[in-house]
Formats: sequence, structure tokens, C-alpha cells
Amino acid sequence: MTNLSTWEQFWYYLANNGSYVLSQFTRHFLISIYGVLIAAIVGIPVGILIARRRRLSAVVIGAANVIQTVPSLAMLSIVMLGLGLGVNTVIFTVFLYSLLPILKNTYTGMTSVDKTILDSGKGMGMTSFQILYMVELPLALSVIMAGIRNALVVAIGITAIGAFVGAGGLGDIIVRGTNATGGGAIILAGALPTALMAIVSDLVLGFLQRRLEPKKA
Amino acid sequence: MPEKNPIVTFKDIEKVYRGGNVAIEHVNLTINQGDFVCFIGRSGSGKTTAMRMINRMLEPSGGVILYNGEDIHKTDAVKLRRQIGYVIQNIGLMPHMTIYENITLVPKLLKWPEEKRRKKAEELIKLVELPEDFLERYPSELSGGQQQRVGVIRALAADQDLILMDEPFGALDPITRESLQELVKHLQEKLGKTVVFVTHDMDEALKLATQIVVMDSGHVIQNATPSEILQHPANSFVEELIGEDRLMQARADVTTVSEIMLKNPVSITPGRSLVEAIRLMRKRRVDTLLVTDDDNYLKGYIDIETLDKSYRHATSVSDILNTKIFYVVDDTLLRDTVDRILKRGLKYVPVVDHAGKLRGIVTRAAIVDMVYDTIWGDSDAEEGAPGLENTENKDNPTKSDSASSSKEV
Repeated sequence: MTNLSTWEQFWYYLANNGSYVLSQFTRHFLISIYGVLIAAIVGIPVGILIARRRRLSAVVIGAANVIQTVPSLAMLSIVMLGLGLGVNTVIFTVFLYSLLPILKNTYTGMTSVDKTILDSGKGMGMTSFQILYMVELPLALSVIMAGIRNALVVAIGITAIGAFVGAGGLGDIIVRGTNATGGGAIILAGALPTALMAIVSDLVLGFLQRRLEPKKA
Repeated sequence: MPEKNPIVTFKDIEKVYRGGNVAIEHVNLTINQGDFVCFIGRSGSGKTTAMRMINRMLEPSGGVILYNGEDIHKTDAVKLRRQIGYVIQNIGLMPHMTIYENITLVPKLLKWPEEKRRKKAEELIKLVELPEDFLERYPSELSGGQQQRVGVIRALAADQDLILMDEPFGALDPITRESLQELVKHLQEKLGKTVVFVTHDMDEALKLATQIVVMDSGHVIQNATPSEILQHPANSFVEELIGEDRLMQARADVTTVSEIMLKNPVSITPGRSLVEAIRLMRKRRVDTLLVTDDDNYLKGYIDIETLDKSYRHATSVSDILNTKIFYVVDDTLLRDTVDRILKRGLKYVPVVDHAGKLRGIVTRAAIVDMVYDTIWGDSDAEEGAPGLENTENKDNPTKSDSASSSKEV
């Protein structure tokens, strides 16, 4: 073992523990996705609401900003105080961190829709719900998507730290590697898939975001 | 206008914005079916506010607005708006929808079946002379003028009777604006729509409107037809809004033929001999003679060419009398005549009264005087009688012509 290079050790590890790495990969991905999804379910409607009521927006976005400033390790610990060890703590932390980009982008997307378009929509007799789903949301969708994309990349990073509260995921492999003597290859086996996951989801969501962009010549 | 059914009525309308800004005060107004009404005034005069209250984009602080006899405050705002076309200055096409989707937006809200919507869109796009394949394009692929054409037909798509337009052509270049004005006027007349049009451009208002509502600081200053506004501006504000140039032209516009005609035309009776006729021509230095009977009724004319040709076998004026004569009645407005005189290349036109008696003639020189006065004022009118030859090359007559056509609308 010791006479193999780190790189060879990495492939050796993957070959022997492939299914383990894969299951942690899936777990990692799902934790991130759940956190972001819940954040989207909460953040998009709240974003729409604060775009309608501008006075609320300063308060809500301010609060989300404060959450963002807490270091992620500290946040995990604080949430752990309430939810204990395990997956739920990590999902909740991911949710908290995803809230700001989603909220902010929804707000920006909604408020940047041309006022004259809304005026003409209303003047033609669209109900405010029709204006929302036929005009505002389609026009704001790509900006909202950019927020989700941002949130997901951050979430994948946070989930890696989640190993410290016993949530599993690729962070688990990294921690294992840091504890082993000469565990560089094991650290890589955890870190490289994490990076890969972040890059690929960024690319996929980036592609989606461009597809959702309103037509402009 | 064929019928005079009021479609919109303002009853003592008032609009006070939060903070006590009074936008509109005590406005009473009736808009009749088929009318083209222009609200005109400076910014802040309340013209847009008044218009936007019709489809309840704004609610009045006091008073009642009736639409087809019903208090609009008691109807569903969404339903009301779907019956009223709405065109705004910034066009407001949905950028994420194709032209087809944009045009048929209201029909879609009204749940028309797909085939009916498609048919309507194809019919409308032809109406504004745009190719049919534009339907599948997006607004950003069209020029500003083309976009506003779509904006206009979008307001017609659900067969709305009333169309509100808020400075729709303000952002367009002059040439595009003009062609759109013509289009809107044409559509309005052809389809019998009622249009409420907000503008600050008096030329536009005079060109399009059948009724002009002049507004200033929330009050209706004058509500009248374009020609009434031009002839009898209610006060100095209206005069200023119209502008000195147009007032001057308007004055020319109300001049009747009898005011500028020469009162003693050279005429002869049919019974006289040709010898007498040629003598008279020589004496008065003219090449044509108007022929009247003893009671001075206009019969026709003779000219020197026919006289010369038929001198041998004709003896009296009646033998060579040309009865195909173009004449005008003395109380015709000059502007209606100028055009015809110039277009036909006539040297002069006889003027008769309603009974057909000869009263005088209008010469091209008289028209030159008139045009001269219009442009330079009355003060030095006596200088304004140059040779007749110049008249044809002067583009001035066309100017008074355009003034008259703008008033005929």
C-alpha cells in the first residue's frame, strides 16, 4: 500500500469502496437538494410577497442576510442544539443558507419586470393571479433559477461539513481520510466527487437558466 | 356620426391623490359612440388620469362614470377592462409571448376557442399590413412602429367597442407616427370604434379627433370639435396650445369664397354676336368670357381658341358656348376651393350664389394673396399680388391645403 502513489491509492480506494462512495454521493446530493428545494418552496412565495410589499422587503432580506453571515460550522452547531445530531440538522442548515439567494433573486426578478408590461396586462383585464403566472413569473424565472443554482452550489459545500453532525455524505469520507495516517487518497475520494457534483449541477442549472430566459433578440 | 349614443359619461368626476394633490376636479363629459375623442393638455393636466379612470385603472375620488349607461364602479373591473381596448405609449407587448399570443391575449382570457383566435389574429395582422409570418415572431424582432401596430390590433382583438390610447405614438419617429395615425383613423372609421386618445400634440389631435377635450390643471377648458376649437378658442390657454401658426391658418380656413372674389367679372349674354365678344375681350384684356343670361344666371363660357376656330361659321355667342363649366358657390369655404382650383390648373373659377346667378370670380392671384396673408400676416398684403405664373411653383398653397385637410377629419 505505502509504495503506491497517492493517485494510485485513490483509484485503489475507489475500486474497493466504489459502492460506498456512490451511496455517500447520493446521500450528499439528496441532502443538498432537499435543503434547496424546501428553501425554494418557502423562498419563492416570500420573494413574490415582498416584491408586492416593498416595505417588508428590507426586513426580510435583512434577516436572510444576517443568517448568511453566520459561519456554516457555527450554524450547524447552533441548529444541532435544537434538532440534535443527524440528517435533519444538515438539511435545515442548507435550507437557511439557500434562503437568501433564492429570496433575493425572486425579489429582483419580480421587481425588474417592466412596469409598463404589468400596466398593459392589467389594463387588458388580467387578474392579478393571471399577471403573476402569465407575465411576472415567466419573465422572472431565469433570475429565480440563477438564485437556485447559486444556492445549490453553496449547499453542496455545506453538506460536506454536515459529516460533523453525523449526517453522512461525502464529507464522511473526507473526515475518515483526515483521521487516517497518510489518508490523502481517502480525502481525495471524498473531495473530488463533491467538487464534481458542484460543477455538474452548476452547469446543468446554468443550461436550464438560459433555456428559461425570456426571448430577446 | 350616425348615432349619438353616449358610451362613456363622466358625472362630476374628481380625483384627489393621497397627499391632497388634486388631479381632476368637477369634470363632466360625454363620449358618444363612434367618436374619436382626444384629451389634450400639458403634462399634469389630468388627461391621462381622466382616461385611466374609464377602465378603472384609477378610481375617482368622487363622482360617477357610466359605461354604456352602467356605473362602472358597480361592475367587475376585470370584466370591464376586457371590453375596453388599451394601448399605452411604451407599447407594453409581452416580451416572452409571440405576436400571435400577444394579439390573442384578451380572447384567450375570454376563453375563445383556438381556431377562432387564430382566425382573428390572421385577420387583424392583415388589417395593419404586416406579413402573416410575423405572428410567430417575438416583439423584440419587430421595429418600434411594427410593435405599436401590433399594440393597436391587440386592443381590437376581442371586438372591443371602446379603445383607450395613452400617447400611443409619442415614442415613434415622425414618419412612423404619421403612418400609424392614418392607420388608427382609418381603422376607427372603418370599424366604427370609439377611441379615447390622450396626447399633448395638437397636430395629432386636430388630425384625428372628432371631439377635442382641452384640459388644464384638472379642469376641462374646452370640449368641442376641432374646427370649433380652431375658430373659437375658449381662452388664451387654448390659443397658446393651438399655436399662432395654426390659428392663422384656421382664419384662412374660414374665409368664404365671396370674401376674396373679384366682384365684376367679364360676362356676356348668349345672344350677342362674336364680333361683340372679341371686342369685349380686347377691351378687358381677357381670353375667356363668362356667359350669362339676361337675369345674370351662369350658362357657360367661351374662350378665344374656340372663337378663333369657329369664327367663319358661327355668328353668336350661343353657337360656341361651352357649358361644361366648373364653378363654386359663394359661401363655400375657400380651403375647399383652393385645392380644386390648383389641381385643375384653372386660371379662375366663377362664383355663383345658390340660385346660380353669377357673383364674381376667384382668380389665382386672389389665392396667392390669401396664402401670402396666411404666412406673413395682413399688414403688407398689398405687396402680395405677383404675377400669376408664380403660383404654380409655390408650395405655399399646399400648406393651406394641408391645413384644410386636417380640419376635414
